[in-house]
Amino acid sequence: MSEESSEEAQTFELEAPLGDADLEGLEAGQRVRINGVIFGARDSAHRRMVEALDAGEPLPVDLAGQMIYYVGPSPAPPGHAIGSAGPTTSGRMDVFAPRLLECGLKAMIGKGSRSAEVREAMQKHKAVYLAVVGGAAALISRSIVEAEVVAYDDLGPEALRRLTVRGLPAVVINDVRGGDLYEQGRARYGKGSSS
Amino acid sequence: MVPPCFGAGDSGSAVQRALGESGRPMREIPAERITEAVRQLCIEANTELGQDVLAACAEARKHEPSPAGVDVLDQIEENARIARETKLPLCQDTGFAVFFVELGQEVRLTGGTLAEAINEGVRQGYKEGYLRKSIVADPFDRKNTGDNTPAVIHLDLVAGERMRVVFAPKGGGSENMSRLGMLKPAQGREGVKQFVVDTVSRAGPDPCPPLVVGVGLGGTFEVAATIAKRSLLRPVGHPNPDLELAKLERDIFQEVNALGIGPQGFGGKTTALAVHVESHPCHIASLPVAVNIQCHSARHKEVEL
Repeated sequence: MSEESSEEAQTFELEAPLGDADLEGLEAGQRVRINGVIFGARDSAHRRMVEALDAGEPLPVDLAGQMIYYVGPSPAPPGHAIGSAGPTTSGRMDVFAPRLLECGLKAMIGKGSRSAEVREAMQKHKAVYLAVVGGAAALISRSIVEAEVVAYDDLGPEALRRLTVRGLPAVVINDVRGGDLYEQGRARYGKGSSS
Repeated sequence: MVPPCFGAGDSGSAVQRALGESGRPMREIPAERITEAVRQLCIEANTELGQDVLAACAEARKHEPSPAGVDVLDQIEENARIARETKLPLCQDTGFAVFFVELGQEVRLTGGTLAEAINEGVRQGYKEGYLRKSIVADPFDRKNTGDNTPAVIHLDLVAGERMRVVFAPKGGGSENMSRLGMLKPAQGREGVKQFVVDTVSRAGPDPCPPLVVGVGLGGTFEVAATIAKRSLLRPVGHPNPDLELAKLERDIFQEVNALGIGPQGFGGKTTALAVHVESHPCHIASLPVAVNIQCHSARHKEVEL
């Protein structure tokens, strides 16, 4: 994790997988850029992973130290590693996320609020939740340089993918201390605030 | 004088052509022409963000105090440019294919039904445009239909011999945050305002703000929902021509943007780009209000045949 001071706000570079990286330094509201290898999965892939855990079977990939991006990309046209690839609504993965955090998952990337259970589980397991801009999917696609289906191919856009990313722009929503940008943003700019 | 013939193909066939109200042969539109138009609409709507949305974002950016919010508005603009240039879809969620069709009753479709023609266009457009297929055949089994059909088709028969097809792909994230309330008439204007503001507040960051908030007021249960969706077809920020409704739109707009949710929920003053209200007569016992939430990827394109 390194710090860049070129922009007015600090942008942290995150190298994925995170391994045992200390995420203590990240704060809600901070901008980050993600580089390295992450996994892409959404509703159906999550259901299958949790069903595998329930059945005592191994997951198709080891999640220890990993980041999961909630994404179901559009098909890749010729010459592109992936199609448009913005985030899907994270709340639908809330019922599955605590189980995966128990398996060592360190970060989730998506958009939208998380449940109280997931926020507690993040603090317990020292994990973070990051958001990328929903609907900026063609722009985000440029940060994904390789994409490969690693499991659940039959799910089409919902398959589990390994993604190599360079400079994927994200914002910290939930940090390991319980900071929450969605709450802080409303408090700062909502009615009755000073701004 | 020979009446003008708009239909291609079979004007010389032995088939007796139906006569319209004017006494001349009905205008014919072949199904394949509709299919081709729909194919193009699917690709264009999903890759070209309307100037109305871009102008509304640019205007909002001028007044947005939140740096993170400004960042988001910049990314939306940059994304629209990349999508236009590369023909990658604006959003990976290329939506449920929703159509509003106005069909002149002096028109006769040939060579297939309207639904077949539209669905075939969706099938072709979503395949050729590398658009995501997001429809499952059964709400419980959830097996993907593989071609983004069936489309949702709202049909209005209108006077004349023209056909207008509006395509508005609708993403799941914003649709999921939509809500319908059957209010008591005594709740009135204030009750409606509260319901809409509460819907946006509960949705928070989930539907990808900045939003276009479509409100359907009155009618029956299903009419309220339909006119809420129809209001999203208006150019962003064009007020309702009815002055009272335009005032309601402004009032809701101000309250929604005072919530502090901001672009993507990162905090800020731009939670909505616009609020559109449509109204309809309703029952003496009812005050239905439907809120159809639309994300900033407010896509729609139309063609006249």
